[in-house]
Amino acid sequence: MSFGRMHRKEDARFIRGRGTYVDDVRLPGMLHGAVLRSPHAHARIVSVDVSAAEAHPKVRAVITGQTLAGLNLAWMPTLSNDVQAVLATDKVRFQGQEVAFVVAEDRYAARDALELIEVEYEPLDAVVDARTALAPGAPLIRDDLEGKADNHIFDWEAGDRDRTAAIFEEAEVTVAQDMLYPRVHPAPLETCGAVADFDKVTGKLTVWCPTQAPHAHRTLYAMVAGLPEHKIRVISPDIGGGFGGKVGIYPGYVCAIVGSIVTGRPVKWMEDRSENLMSTAFARDYHMRGEVAATRDGRVRAIRVKVLADHGAFNGTAQPTKFPAGFFHVFTGSYDLESAHCEVSGVYTNKAPGGVAYACSFRVTEAVYLVERMMDVLAAELGVDPAELRMRNLLRPDQFPYTSPTGWEYDSGDYPKALRLAMDMAGYDKLRAEQAGKRARGELMGIGVSFFTEAVGAGPRKHMDILGLGMADGAELRVHPTGKAVLRVSCQSQGQGHETTFAQIVGHELGIPADDVEVVHGDTDQTPFGLGTYGSRSTPVSGAAAAIVARKVRDRAKLVAAAMLEASPDDLEWGDGRWSVVGDPSSGRSLAEIALAAHSNLELPEGVEGHLDAVTVYNPPNLTYPFGAYICAVDVDPGTGQVKVRRFVAVDDCGVRINPTIVEGQIHGGLADGIGMALMQVMAFDEDGNHLGASFMDYLLPTSMECPSWELGETVSPSPFHPIGAKGVGESATVGSPAAVVNAVVDALAPYGVRHADMPLTPANVWRTVNGDPFRTDLAIP
Amino acid sequence: MQVPATFAYERADSVPHALELLERYGPEARVVAGGHSLIPMMKLRLAQPEALIDINGLAAELGRIAVEGDELAIGAMVRHAELLESATATGLFPIFQDAERVIADPIVRNRGTVGGSLCQGDPSEDLSAVFAALRATAVVQGPGGTRTVPIRRFHQGPYETAVAPNELLIELRVPVVPGAGSAYEKVERRVGDWPVAAAGAVLRVEGGVIAQAGIGLTAVGAGHFCAPEAEAHLVGRPPGEEAFARAGRIAAEHCEPHADQRGPADYKRHLAAELTRRALAGAAGRI
Ligand SMILES: Cc1cc2nc3c(=O)[nH]c(=O)nc-3n(C[C@H](O)[C@H](O)[C@H](O)COP(=O)(O)OP(=O)(O)OC[C@H]3O[C@@H](n4cnc5c(N)ncnc54)[C@H](O)[C@@H]3O)c2cc1C
Repeated sequence: MSFGRMHRKEDARFIRGRGTYVDDVRLPGMLHGAVLRSPHAHARIVSVDVSAAEAHPKVRAVITGQTLAGLNLAWMPTLSNDVQAVLATDKVRFQGQEVAFVVAEDRYAARDALELIEVEYEPLDAVVDARTALAPGAPLIRDDLEGKADNHIFDWEAGDRDRTAAIFEEAEVTVAQDMLYPRVHPAPLETCGAVADFDKVTGKLTVWCPTQAPHAHRTLYAMVAGLPEHKIRVISPDIGGGFGGKVGIYPGYVCAIVGSIVTGRPVKWMEDRSENLMSTAFARDYHMRGEVAATRDGRVRAIRVKVLADHGAFNGTAQPTKFPAGFFHVFTGSYDLESAHCEVSGVYTNKAPGGVAYACSFRVTEAVYLVERMMDVLAAELGVDPAELRMRNLLRPDQFPYTSPTGWEYDSGDYPKALRLAMDMAGYDKLRAEQAGKRARGELMGIGVSFFTEAVGAGPRKHMDILGLGMADGAELRVHPTGKAVLRVSCQSQGQGHETTFAQIVGHELGIPADDVEVVHGDTDQTPFGLGTYGSRSTPVSGAAAAIVARKVRDRAKLVAAAMLEASPDDLEWGDGRWSVVGDPSSGRSLAEIALAAHSNLELPEGVEGHLDAVTVYNPPNLTYPFGAYICAVDVDPGTGQVKVRRFVAVDDCGVRINPTIVEGQIHGGLADGIGMALMQVMAFDEDGNHLGASFMDYLLPTSMECPSWELGETVSPSPFHPIGAKGVGESATVGSPAAVVNAVVDALAPYGVRHADMPLTPANVWRTVNGDPFRTDLAIP
Repeated sequence: MQVPATFAYERADSVPHALELLERYGPEARVVAGGHSLIPMMKLRLAQPEALIDINGLAAELGRIAVEGDELAIGAMVRHAELLESATATGLFPIFQDAERVIADPIVRNRGTVGGSLCQGDPSEDLSAVFAALRATAVVQGPGGTRTVPIRRFHQGPYETAVAPNELLIELRVPVVPGAGSAYEKVERRVGDWPVAAAGAVLRVEGGVIAQAGIGLTAVGAGHFCAPEAEAHLVGRPPGEEAFARAGRIAAEHCEPHADQRGPADYKRHLAAELTRRALAGAAGRI
């Protein structure tokens, strides 16, 4: 009843400029913080002199690594069981690393005082190129870790090594390709920041911060700082974009908290754009080598992958504990293979930590890119059309639920149908004919296909936790006497429209309008525990919790309705938003009527305390597996290397669509992201470790001018593992689109014998690729 | 949020007043026009002027676009958006339209000024190439009165111009050449980005041969944003693909591009040739 298009409830405040972001929080007596950052990528700290800064008339406190060391807070745990410096004490390990924190009466004074701090550095050689991080004699980054003698973090593998090797031995055709998924940044409109307010009288700490995981933050603050958890309140107000970059705890948050404790006044810290790009969680940075074994007639038999993962100076990736490479081992994609194997090695470099951020579904992005690029490399080798090659290898509907060679249990789908729909929408054969005509005239046009399978909704507690916290989500539903409801959820919206979608879920289950359901989120004092919004998990996990808790309310309403109707609950049926006696629709009682009765003096049956409120915790039985087929058409100017994305067809299957408008909005954003990554985004570093993309002049975000008018299509394969069959869609388009764009550009360059080019495909990169002399996109352009 | 260091602020209400304020505050004072180059540099603390002299009140004096005799006068305070929309300017020289529509974005164009663009002296500034191709003259005013500087002597190095700290750029004067064609070609990584490279061309043909050629180049290390050797090659030759391609190659040979994240030097040199060729062909097509 309540599924379907409706305007987002939250838009009313956003379009009027009435949202409340962290920077809008103003408390009486509030002070302002600023972070002093390292200009060096790798240097020993010889001395830090803060006396001049402390003497500034508006400065209230200067905090250094030494100050924090005294509180045992100079280092904090990362989300991957490593440690990260809050403020550097011994060395700085990436450019932009936090060295000191100034608290002053206003922002200007805090910033001015940074220039009064004297830090003496002894510069060290930096590890910039991940491919040399393990070379003998490479500078040692993590000498803080006892016994650490190199820059190695972990080795991890999945799949069947021997069986895969055996297939490669005997395969009719094998292809191999090196490729880089460059280091990119989510670059949300709103940077990170915090307002910390420690009340010395009550001992209560309140932290406003744009976190995607408020409950996890609260628990970590309690565990790390030893503050009692019930005395910590984390409020995540309106958030201007997260994309994974706002999952972790940043040093600035801790500094703001310490600043408030030290000064006894609230402290606000908001980072600027360059700080955000230089120091907060990056994404990707996977150096991959893919190999495919196939038959001559184009049956893919096995895939194996070797990955060198650049994790930066501290291993801070946010992912379920058991999976140091996230869900990368879903790289067999959408195809029916005999065997697969991957090996991932993580290394330290002198770059910012982070690692999973940017709408990647725990590295499914890298996995999809790998397999979808490899499919095109194979297609080129075999001389088979890339769409046809995919069609030959896609999983068939009768194979679901399907267990992949690396152990994933895909839930549902009709993959060939989705690809066929995308091809029909694109007019695939016509496009190919047009391309042939253009090629004959020396013009460059390319068509790129990508088919992706996502793995989202982390996740089942027995497999998935973050720092020991299981990934199940709570939900509480309160129904007022007049039948209006308040849903409290643990996850937090950064633009996904939860206040609307989740209200629709409850409305759907209870037969009331979505407008009658208020969704409360983002405040740990007001909501039940859960792990937050990232990895497209909100609808699969918290959305499921919302449906289940609404069903609990409905079941309770049944008992009350039975008392109202003086009938046995067994004789009642639910329909049209009413409980009624079977066969007598006129006896029906709406939720509002039942709610009033539940709060009245009506005598209730044994076991019903009154009211309809319910709570639940949802532990997902499996992940959900959205999928889609994307087709992109580009024109390339051979004289300049400029790429124009002319068309983009996206067929998405995210199961049941609760609010199609919101789903389409998520897809539009993700497709734009994909164009950004494929064509213009990269954080490269020069040989000294200087960040070459630390402003929006250097780190380019796509605009509407780079995006074609998206052509969207859908198929619907409900997930059997989700109470309403929804699969999640937040990251689908970001995951699936880069490969389509790159495949299209490489296809356009086929007349030059090009089989691969690394992202981003800037004009210079395309031109050099055409000329057979591509450059490394992750390093300074020579 | 990035915040600048402390500075004094004065709003000028006339050109003489602005000059007086510049005199009073000395060389550490800076004029602010649209502020789209200066303010970001101040926020990044790459520039820390002690005082800003705001000349946005001088739009009446410095905001004109008009044909005066055989010259088109463009005031220093003309905003990018105004130049883009000026039928007078773009009618005479379509190169203005070609270039202005790819300079920054509408928000920047609404504030950024012609004078600020030239005085910033950024080696990638688009208008520097445009005015170089057009052989404009800059009118500069200081305590001693006004003087003129040929645009091809205006830029004296990256971020250095002929305008002294106590002077103002007043306007640009472009010789109106009847029967000329003009065009601008730019490669950018994304809309609103600074050029990876760009070229502008102005051509006049007489009796079947090129009588006058102007070529402007930016972001490729072309001295004074122009290509005199390529221009010399063209004059006296019939216009055509071959001459244009050759001129492009000559222009490229005389550039000194530097590699940066927009591209390697060889690519930029290639673009200098390719875009010069395209701009010349475009200009010829508009004669
Ligand atoms: C996002 C962005 C994108 C951009 N993209 C491009 C682009 O693609 N191509 C391009 O060419 N430019 C680009 N620009 C630069 C833009 O065109 C310039 O910022 C702008 O035109 C400079 O003019 P302004 O009026 O803003 O100058 P201001 O910032 O006010 O001043 C710049 C300098 O000139 C001096 N100055 C200004 N007016 C005078 C005067 N009359 N006399 C003496 N000195 C003066 C100032 O003191 C200062 O030193 C971009 C800028 C931004 C912010």
